[in-house]
Amino acid sequence: MSAVVAEHDEHHDHGPAKGLLRWVVTTNHKDIGTLYLVFALAMFFVGGTMALIIRAELFEPGLQFVEPQFFNSMTTMHALVMVFGAVMPAFVGLANWMIPMMIGAPDMALPRMNNMSFWMLVAGVLLLASTLFMEGGAPAAGWTLYPPLVLQTGAALPFAIFSVHLLGISSIMGAINIIATILNMRAPAMTLMKMPLFVWTWLITGFLLIAIMPVFAGAVTMLLTDRFFGTSFFDAAGGGDPVLYQHIFWFFGHPEVYVMILPTFGVASTIIPVFARKPLFGYSSMVYATASIAFLSFIVWAHHMFTVGMPMAGELYFMYATMLIAIPTGVKVFNWTATMWKGAMTFETPMLFSIAFVVLFTMGGFTGLMMAVAPSDFQYHDTYFIVAHFHYTLVPASIFILMAAGYYWLPKWTGHMYDEKIGRLHFWLSAISVNVLFFPQHFLGLAGMPRRIPDYAVQFADWNMVSSIGAFIFGFSQLLFVYVVIKTINGGTGEKVTDEVWEDAAKHGLEWTLPSPPPYHTFTTPPATVPTEHF
Amino acid sequence: MKKTKQLFACLCLMAFGLETAQAEYALNLMQGVTRLSHDIYDLHMLILWICVFIGIAVFGTMFYSIYHHRKSKGHVAAQFHESTKVEIIWTIIPTLILVSMAIPATKTMLKMDDVQEADMSIKVTGWQWKWEYDYLDSGVHFFSSLDEASNRARQLNSGIDPRSVPHYLLNVDKPLVIPTKKKIRFLFTAADVIHSWWVPDLGWKKDAIPGFINEAWTSVEKPGTYRGQCTELCGKDHGFMPIVVIAMDEPDYSAWVDEQKTQAKINKSLADKNWSQDDLMAKGETVYVNNCASCHMADGAGMAGTFPAITGSPVVTGAIDAQIDLIYNGKGMMPAFGQMLSEVDFAAVVTYTRNALGNAVGDSVQPSAIKALKASLPEPADEDEDEE
Repeated sequence: MSAVVAEHDEHHDHGPAKGLLRWVVTTNHKDIGTLYLVFALAMFFVGGTMALIIRAELFEPGLQFVEPQFFNSMTTMHALVMVFGAVMPAFVGLANWMIPMMIGAPDMALPRMNNMSFWMLVAGVLLLASTLFMEGGAPAAGWTLYPPLVLQTGAALPFAIFSVHLLGISSIMGAINIIATILNMRAPAMTLMKMPLFVWTWLITGFLLIAIMPVFAGAVTMLLTDRFFGTSFFDAAGGGDPVLYQHIFWFFGHPEVYVMILPTFGVASTIIPVFARKPLFGYSSMVYATASIAFLSFIVWAHHMFTVGMPMAGELYFMYATMLIAIPTGVKVFNWTATMWKGAMTFETPMLFSIAFVVLFTMGGFTGLMMAVAPSDFQYHDTYFIVAHFHYTLVPASIFILMAAGYYWLPKWTGHMYDEKIGRLHFWLSAISVNVLFFPQHFLGLAGMPRRIPDYAVQFADWNMVSSIGAFIFGFSQLLFVYVVIKTINGGTGEKVTDEVWEDAAKHGLEWTLPSPPPYHTFTTPPATVPTEHF
Repeated sequence: MKKTKQLFACLCLMAFGLETAQAEYALNLMQGVTRLSHDIYDLHMLILWICVFIGIAVFGTMFYSIYHHRKSKGHVAAQFHESTKVEIIWTIIPTLILVSMAIPATKTMLKMDDVQEADMSIKVTGWQWKWEYDYLDSGVHFFSSLDEASNRARQLNSGIDPRSVPHYLLNVDKPLVIPTKKKIRFLFTAADVIHSWWVPDLGWKKDAIPGFINEAWTSVEKPGTYRGQCTELCGKDHGFMPIVVIAMDEPDYSAWVDEQKTQAKINKSLADKNWSQDDLMAKGETVYVNNCASCHMADGAGMAGTFPAITGSPVVTGAIDAQIDLIYNGKGMMPAFGQMLSEVDFAAVVTYTRNALGNAVGDSVQPSAIKALKASLPEPADEDEDEE
């Protein structure tokens, strides 16, 4: 009997198609995961180049390199490319690679839609990038696309809006696929409360995406009809309200920032226990905290708009609700600390990036709390203080954790060990330069420098120069990561990695029970048992 | 021991020296010059210290653990992984801290919102890219935009060192003047896109939104000059529309108001005067540099694809009425200058563009003609006020 089954399996277990077409038509979750990750890394460098153009212009007072309009296009496009082209796709890529392997599923639930969702993302980002070459230049009204300013965009406006539609559809399809996979394809032994936290955080993120992307699509469609079809949703002269757009946008925009941070929490909760050699502290409280943060993210949007002139009751409500987010976020930070407490820690590159994430994300959380306090926000709002805040929650948080995830799973994906020395060099250069880059921006904001300006008064010159120096070191340090990835794919250090790769990793996740690298198809039959380390 | 002491003293001196030599490395929020701005500063410091305290506790614990609980030191991992008691403690304590923050925050918030019983009101209108001030009680009215020295230095590769320009990018041609120790109510609106009016020393910023009116108030204790900027991205020259507020004690302020009223009368008579072509051209050049050159370029060449050239433009070299209409009402990214420019400035810049920058149409327009045109048209900015 078993011989028959084996033969049957072999017959179906064909490898990938040959040639380039493999990557175009693939429905394999590992291939699509790789596509997403490679695309995200490429866009990280595109968005990073834009950031360096910004920082080069801000290196000294006076305009040296670009016209103000192009500068505004750069800040706008940098944000859009990083959010929709780099961070979100990178997490979808991780989800594609890891979720089936973490829950004991053979593939994603909807493999064909998976392929479509990736290629639609590429189309959307390329369309967005093409606006750089259009008459009137790329959108320059900030990534928030506030009217009436955004309606002054040249030929690029309808293309940018259509690109947002494509990116939205792609995200929704990705989210549906992930939710369907998690809810339907778990190994029988993998009950919900035994799922790794990365899976949990993505399940919740998936619901966030499905709830918010249509709202954003609706908002930009209203911009489209205001500009081309004579409506006046956002035009006071026609009975509309420009602030209405901001309410709609931030109803999308606030949960959107959690779309980028919840999976980050999941990866951190996956990596820290492995290198502390201890189970994650407070697993169920982590799940509940994630769900609470997701819920709260829907009811705090107007804290982005304290200065638009809301009624007092509105200001107070949004202040109190925003402050509440500190509670579940605090629980998470305390849990990570307790996980490390009395562990037996080692500090390989994934762990270094994860610890830096906990520390630096917490700093971003502190400034978030400061800005939640509405009266003080009347000073902080739209200054470099907020630029520092959200970059702390995105760069040394989301980006650092994506790097950690890369180092953590690369040996599993490729079967080769990465170069630990270069990994650590990459970490230390990044961790130091990211603070040189963003910490002085707190000072600039408090001293009175508004955001989104191409030139500044001379009293801001010194810290801007420091920040720009940090930016260039940080930017070029990331090339080390590319070097490590390419080297690892091509054989790495030559050291043979085991299935577990990391000491006792199989106790923490199903993916470590598979060979390194895993065969093209894995868990064609669900595993009988799942790790129960946390329970 | 002696050596260590010397080294320490040396380091202290160095640190001190650095601080005095480069006072520009500002670190903290400014306290400001109003009672409200002091309240906000205190709130800021309270929360900052709470965050620092929590940070020291959490990071301290973490770094203790990182130092002591490492495998290389032979530490064996404990296996505890749950404690409902601990989870409840670290949920309740932060909640209490948040409540202690929310109480003073709410008090300050209520104070900020109270615009009642103001001594005077100033309407502030944001334009791309200047501010319009309208003293509702005394009738003083003017536009305020980036000063000429900053404007020249801020052009791409201008060759002018910004450090040589006094108050680079934070100086205007005509500052807002307010009396000290009076409660002043500000009304904010905008003519084109959303702007935001921020003077850090007053403690707040408020958005100026087309079609809507926002309110805020201030009461400055000390005479002085306070500078700020637009803080809501409002297009190309968002970084170049500063705010300067001069607070004056009472006799000085009244004198300033009287001076403005006299000046307004003189300006009115200027519009009725018959201007020579040369005078209009001379005036027009200044108006062009301050209002038009940032898009259409100093030489009138424009920017391909975005801003049309003035040189040889079919509008500028065509019928004069059509050009006046375009400048008056704006089009697309071009702001409506009808209300922004005085009759004299308007007539001067029309005349200038038609007869300079490579154009030689030869005709001109008198300020009195623009005045007649203004009288015949409704003022576009007034539509907004109906919404209040």
